[in-house]
Amino acid sequence: MDLMVIADNMPAYLAGFRLTAQLTLVSGAGALVIGLAVAAMRVSPLGSLRAFGAVYTELLRNMPLTLIFFFAVLVLPQFGVVLPFGYWTAIICLTAYTSAFVAEAVRSGINAVGIGQAEAARAIGLTFGQSLTSVILPQAVRSVIPPLINVIIALAKNTSVAAGFAVVELVATGRRLAQQNPGDVMLLLVGVAVFYLLFTIPAGQLANLLERKVAFAR
Amino acid sequence: MSSPISILYDAPGPLARRRERIGSTVAALVVLALLGLAVWYAAGRDVFALERWDVLWDPPRGQTAADVWRSLLVVGLGATLKAAVVAAPLAFVLGLVLAVCRTARLAPVRIGATVVIELFRGLPVLLMMFFALLGFGWSAFAAVLFGLTVYNMAIIAEIVRAGLASLPKGQSEAAYAVGLSRGQTLRLVLLPQALRTMAPSLVAQLVVLLKDSSLGFIVGYPELLKAITNNGQFFGNTYLVALFAVGAGIYLVVNITLSRLALRLRGRARRTAAPAVDLTAAVTPTGGTAA
Repeated sequence: MDLMVIADNMPAYLAGFRLTAQLTLVSGAGALVIGLAVAAMRVSPLGSLRAFGAVYTELLRNMPLTLIFFFAVLVLPQFGVVLPFGYWTAIICLTAYTSAFVAEAVRSGINAVGIGQAEAARAIGLTFGQSLTSVILPQAVRSVIPPLINVIIALAKNTSVAAGFAVVELVATGRRLAQQNPGDVMLLLVGVAVFYLLFTIPAGQLANLLERKVAFAR
Repeated sequence: MSSPISILYDAPGPLARRRERIGSTVAALVVLALLGLAVWYAAGRDVFALERWDVLWDPPRGQTAADVWRSLLVVGLGATLKAAVVAAPLAFVLGLVLAVCRTARLAPVRIGATVVIELFRGLPVLLMMFFALLGFGWSAFAAVLFGLTVYNMAIIAEIVRAGLASLPKGQSEAAYAVGLSRGQTLRLVLLPQALRTMAPSLVAQLVVLLKDSSLGFIVGYPELLKAITNNGQFFGNTYLVALFAVGAGIYLVVNITLSRLALRLRGRARRTAAPAVDLTAAVTPTGGTAA
């Protein structure tokens, strides 16, 4: 056991961390956009769009992320579709998977706004657009943000699945280093864990804090 | 279920209803057209050709359909379920213990439990599997069990804590007033009530656990996905589409059934007198890969 082994491999750790952060940010942004669109479909007055949104979220939420990667890497080539290997495949899979959770978080946020609020808005004669933009959404946003942070935390952890499909992010880096230095496996993996905790614990605390603030406002 | 969505707009009159119908039809046509395009493209690549699917009823290379289905359902799904069935009760018991420790009067116990929960909640399940596989040198099955157990134990501890916190204070005060000890209060009064409110969240967590068991594919545990690739290697990769469709179907059927059950339990918890608190807000909604 020798702490130097972590210092010696710092460049590898940082490269892995950068890739994990990149995967989280890019697919997080993508999932936010798609998830909002799907959530909008689920509250729209058009029945067919509501059904499509429901099927989309149900399918993706009940499938393991590994299965989605499996589909993109091993099954799609059978269709003649070969996604660019590694990074972009991971982005596409993580975006698709996370977007379903974003959609669900946003939808339940809209549902969490008291029914009296919508009734009052209708009663004083606001139109659909007005009651949505000036009454429902401002309140929904507040209750949506803590669960959304939790979705992003889960995404940051989920990027590790890409390690199984030829993307050398943090976990894959840890595995590679562990195989190169059989004497310091535990220490090297603890190093990986610290990088994850640096993000997940503060983000979790932030979500808790915001949640408590929202709870008081109600 | 009442939601503000339904009253965001006036009850539609005949004109609005017709407009909605037209809009809905147009949207449905667009969606179907896109799906049709994908199917047409796939058909052009012979994805639906019978010789790519006959592995499911008349496999080549001297095997019978029973062999294929047995390798998928008994060996593959069996291994997946085995991991889940062993890990889930372990995680539940340990989670319960952690949750109780978190409310202990001794500060070191309380802090220890909090640290353990925060630690395992914040790490990817896959990393914990690698800890067991490479760090402790355990077998792939033990590694999968370890990852699933420690992660879900932390989540379940949080669910239990939220469940206990949702009970009215009078419950524990009354229990202490009649002279019950701390342990008795928990065992006889608080947990039986909290477990009822927690049941939906616990079932929902089972879905997460089941989904995460697929990470075994990456650490070399021969579960359902591995059974699919094994068959693909034996019969040829052209069969992967058919085999994948079966695997995805199995996951969807099992998980959607469990999700529905969780929803039903939630509905029942809301109808009965028990405090109707949505515990899902207290824990990461997506969990492992699942999240």
